[in-house]
Amino acid sequence: MTSSLRLRAGLVSIVLLAAFLGIWHLATRSTAPVATMSPEYAKLMGLTATQGKSAMPGPIDVGAKLWEHLKRPFYDNGPNDKGLGIQLGYSIARVGTGYLLAVLVAIPLGFLIGMSPLLSKALDPFIQVLKPISPLAWMPLALYTIKDSSISAIFVIFICSIWPMLLNTVFGVASVRKEWINVARTLEVGTIRRAFTVILPAAAPTILTGMRISIGIAWLVIVAAEMLVGGTGIGYFVWNEWNNLSITNVIIAILLIGVVGMLLDQILARFTRMVTFPE
Amino acid sequence: MTDKFISIEGIAKRYPGASGATTTIFENLWLSMARGEFCCVIGHSGCGKTTVLNILAGLDAPSEGTVIVDGQSISGTSLDRAVIFQSHALLPWRTVLGNVAYAVSSKWRRWDRAKVKAHAQTFIDLVGLTGSEHKRPSELSGGMKQRVGIARALSITPKMMLMDEPFSALDALTRGTLQDEVRRICLETGQTAFMITHDVDEAIYLADKIFLMTNGPGAVLAEVVENPLPRDRGRTDLHRHPLYYALRNHIIDFLVTRSKTFTAETPDHDPRNVPMVHIGKPGLTIAASDEPRQTRIPGTSPGLTA
Repeated sequence: MTSSLRLRAGLVSIVLLAAFLGIWHLATRSTAPVATMSPEYAKLMGLTATQGKSAMPGPIDVGAKLWEHLKRPFYDNGPNDKGLGIQLGYSIARVGTGYLLAVLVAIPLGFLIGMSPLLSKALDPFIQVLKPISPLAWMPLALYTIKDSSISAIFVIFICSIWPMLLNTVFGVASVRKEWINVARTLEVGTIRRAFTVILPAAAPTILTGMRISIGIAWLVIVAAEMLVGGTGIGYFVWNEWNNLSITNVIIAILLIGVVGMLLDQILARFTRMVTFPE
Repeated sequence: MTDKFISIEGIAKRYPGASGATTTIFENLWLSMARGEFCCVIGHSGCGKTTVLNILAGLDAPSEGTVIVDGQSISGTSLDRAVIFQSHALLPWRTVLGNVAYAVSSKWRRWDRAKVKAHAQTFIDLVGLTGSEHKRPSELSGGMKQRVGIARALSITPKMMLMDEPFSALDALTRGTLQDEVRRICLETGQTAFMITHDVDEAIYLADKIFLMTNGPGAVLAEVVENPLPRDRGRTDLHRHPLYYALRNHIIDFLVTRSKTFTAETPDHDPRNVPMVHIGKPGLTIAASDEPRQTRIPGTSPGLTA
């Protein structure tokens, strides 16, 4: 029954994709009447005016261009012409660095706050104020203090991915079942051992959920951050191709951002499943 | 009794209530247990039974008074006092073996893995879970989970076991089997046990002494009932014993009516000398002044039959 459900769902997905591509193709066909104009003027006006071709590329154009990119993902022809693999690599490296730094800070700090009601109450107003700040608002301050655009981007990733992890760790640690803590207490388990053998495994699913939310946010933010700082990365690529008026490349970049985001999310989802325990 | 293995001396538990007033759950509570004795506490919800158990376990501190175990005043939890929780409180991310081994390695920190495992295995076998060592708690039935809880408590070879309604979440058949197991293990190992229960028949089957508590707040230990049934009693012929119904009726009468009215009707109740009730054994007195007074329940005679 499940396999047949999966099969049917897959079929519906394919049909929907085909319909979407079909409508896209039809909507971007050449339809407008071709205006007659002098050849010099036509050169200036481009294909949209001379052949009635839509400025929006069709699925076939995008597919062909994507194939071209996929054949050569790592070429480097100077600062404004790098392969998509390189651009994505830069973005992933920035997200990875900022995110790992956030993990290193958020989880130990979350543990402390979660285990100490005093710290929890004392730090709560700061967290509540800092949490809703758009990570990009930090950018000027980061650029001014760090004086390096690439590290500033990493800082922005760090600051945006820290909150969900921190709050989930605090919540997970603070809401470990009393009876499990009592088991450790009756067994005279020390604080450190208790933290690693009872609280960490009990809070792990909640912590991993926070990490999963964080990686999603980090990937959302990196595109915007790279549009601002420029130089390298998929966000910069999008903006650069917009300046080049290459809508095809913009669409390809959008597609790849989605795919990479999905992969990152799936990796964290797999980790979450590994630490989740059935009750 | 000359041997006071456990002695609760004048403990009280108070919580700050609304507008500065304090709510007293119980106060000036005294009770003692001998080594190897199985004691049950019966009382209505809210009389502070669980609080008494938590204080004995060291999970909770009394507002006043002390608890002396084996000649020493307790402070905090101890590996000498194992707790079997009502909700079994197994760590769900560990297997059966892992849960028991966690307790074993907490008690003997220098033992190597093999020794811990072998020790844990002995207690898993003892509670009849051989073959389920590598299952996780979610794969076990309620009764099996509680068996793991019992194995975990026993594995640290405690001086006493504290049980907070350990079988109340189980179905009647499983409960009976586990009561048999607990009784067998406690008799075999000479374990001192303190158990909270709502089940009168469970108390009669398991306990040597039954503590009756009045309703809270302001609960007191009203009586200590000595179980007149022989130590080698069996589940099947328990109710044929001549004193069974007298005992049962006495406890139920207490729970139904006297638990509410006891404090008002007995103004001279001395919490330090709680009357010891001997069903069907009139006139037995002990000279020592600090021992519980002896009272006899009228209308109960050894000749009473089922």
